[in-house]
Amino acid sequence: MNVLSSPSAHLRRRQAIAKWFRRICRFMSYLLVGIVCYLLWDVISDGWHWLSWDFFQNYASRMPAKSGVRAAISGSIWVMAITIIFAVPVGIAAATYLEELMEQSRLKQFISLNIQNLAGVPSIVYGILGLTVFVRFLGFGGSVLSGGLTLGLLILPIIIIATRESLRSVPQTVRQAAMALGATKWQTVRCYVLPTSFSGILTGIILAISRAVGETAPLILVGAVAYIRYVPENPLDAYTTLPIQIYNWVGKPKAEFHELAASGIIVLLSLMFLTNLCAIILRHKKQRTYV
Amino acid sequence: MVHGEELGLASESKSVAVGDALPHQGGSPGCDGLSSVSLFSSTDKHYRLAKWEQRVVMVVLRICAWCSIAITAGIVVILLSEAAPFFKEVSWRDFLFGTQWVPLFEPRSFGVLPIIWGTLLVSVGACFVSVPFGLGIAIFLSEFARPRTRSFLKPLIELLAGIPSVVFGYFALITITPGLQKIFPNIEVFNAFSASIVVGIMTVPMISSLSDDALRAVPRSLREAGYAMGATSFEVSLRVVLPAAISGVIASIILAFSRAIGETMAVTLAAGATPKLTMNFFESIQTMTAYIVQVSIGDTPHGSIEYHSLFAVALVLFLLTLVMNTIAGWVLKKTQISYN
Repeated sequence: MNVLSSPSAHLRRRQAIAKWFRRICRFMSYLLVGIVCYLLWDVISDGWHWLSWDFFQNYASRMPAKSGVRAAISGSIWVMAITIIFAVPVGIAAATYLEELMEQSRLKQFISLNIQNLAGVPSIVYGILGLTVFVRFLGFGGSVLSGGLTLGLLILPIIIIATRESLRSVPQTVRQAAMALGATKWQTVRCYVLPTSFSGILTGIILAISRAVGETAPLILVGAVAYIRYVPENPLDAYTTLPIQIYNWVGKPKAEFHELAASGIIVLLSLMFLTNLCAIILRHKKQRTYV
Repeated sequence: MVHGEELGLASESKSVAVGDALPHQGGSPGCDGLSSVSLFSSTDKHYRLAKWEQRVVMVVLRICAWCSIAITAGIVVILLSEAAPFFKEVSWRDFLFGTQWVPLFEPRSFGVLPIIWGTLLVSVGACFVSVPFGLGIAIFLSEFARPRTRSFLKPLIELLAGIPSVVFGYFALITITPGLQKIFPNIEVFNAFSASIVVGIMTVPMISSLSDDALRAVPRSLREAGYAMGATSFEVSLRVVLPAAISGVIASIILAFSRAIGETMAVTLAAGATPKLTMNFFESIQTMTAYIVQVSIGDTPHGSIEYHSLFAVALVLFLLTLVMNTIAGWVLKKTQISYN
């Protein structure tokens, strides 16, 4: 009997298994995408009709019809501003030092490992840290400043890791050329390495910030209040943010509030989608590529 | 004077060379001085200035790099020092092995097991969702998907990782639980089941993208050898490629599990606030993270035992995730097969 022309029953079974395995893997992938699309569609259909100009103009209220996200959005912007002012310079500086200027040593390995571990610490533990250090010890209270600094600590390891990654992608020849011309290490880094990896660093920062925008748990600990009827005016004012507002609305029993939460989610996700889009565009528009 | 002129000439020719060989960022402030730095005149004013600048900058940057150590030290010191008053009143044996968690009203009892159990219940339940989906997607992406399919599916799944957890809490409570109630009428409004489902969905991207990287790192020759031996695609994927990439795959699963342990908002919203030792996914439970949120939302007086119990629970949570992440790192490092 010719093996090639008539496959045995055993071989046919094995091939059938392989075929079904491929199908199941493909099905899993599309099923997950389908589930998430269904969930998102459900949110959009629930929250769509609450979205209006008033929704952005009103403060939170006991009456669903008069509720809005004005305080939440302004609070989110305030917190993000402080997070960025704190975490971005420190993160870039730390990454630059570790990647470019520090000698290879045990200490460097230790710091790197430490940063990896910090990136895996649950966000609520950062909330505890913020509660003790910023709210109680430094006496900032439940203010925008405490919230922003806490989220800053949270995204610092993410920024450091992303920045180091993109510094590593700058070819060694760039550094060698600058050094050969007599530039100091710092001049090399500032004038050539950092500008070259600029778009990569920016992408990492944007992704880290979009993580911070959606973060809720640490802010609950450092005293973001849900019921605020004014826009924060200085860093020591009380505040609420968009995710906190959503959390609060979801937790209420009335169905209208759940729809408001859905509208809040639409606003939050479109905000994050826009920032992610920026990151993707920047990634494609890399200023310079080296072969 | 002559020296200065020479230097000027030299610097001119150098700046041309820099412009040709390197992407000179003329716009960056302070970068113009670079061209006048000369290797041959270490006493040059510019050079000394640059050296001095470097020294100052190094100090600043070093402080920033030490920040990460300071954060870790801060977390450890705060958790230990603030949990200490708690352990003065409650012995660590009662804390770790007690089976009653009644922290907020009399008679109080601080046995942490029920909320650890709740956390593990949700995390293990999440693995039942995330591992099949994550591995299926990773194998599909790395072995079977056409490049075009891959190029839109992978970013789509990574986008999923960016959805905030409070949104998943909404999904669980408002969309999934009412759906489940139609299928299982005896399910409670707050239940571990819907929490597990959403936490599982949340952690899929972690498993799928890390495992995908690991699977793709397996050299093509191994697959070709498998096919040459007459193996089917199923056999090659599961018996050749997966074992070769197993360290990365296991590390990704451990990391996803650790993420599920630390997950807060989705479980707080969906799983409720009833600490209990149960195997029933349809009941309300409480996780460690949900307890921390519950206490910090209520007006807990500073210095009370509930306040300090927050830190004891956070300490357990911190240690648990730290151990998980360390194991993941260790698996990745020690068991990786190198093909070079």
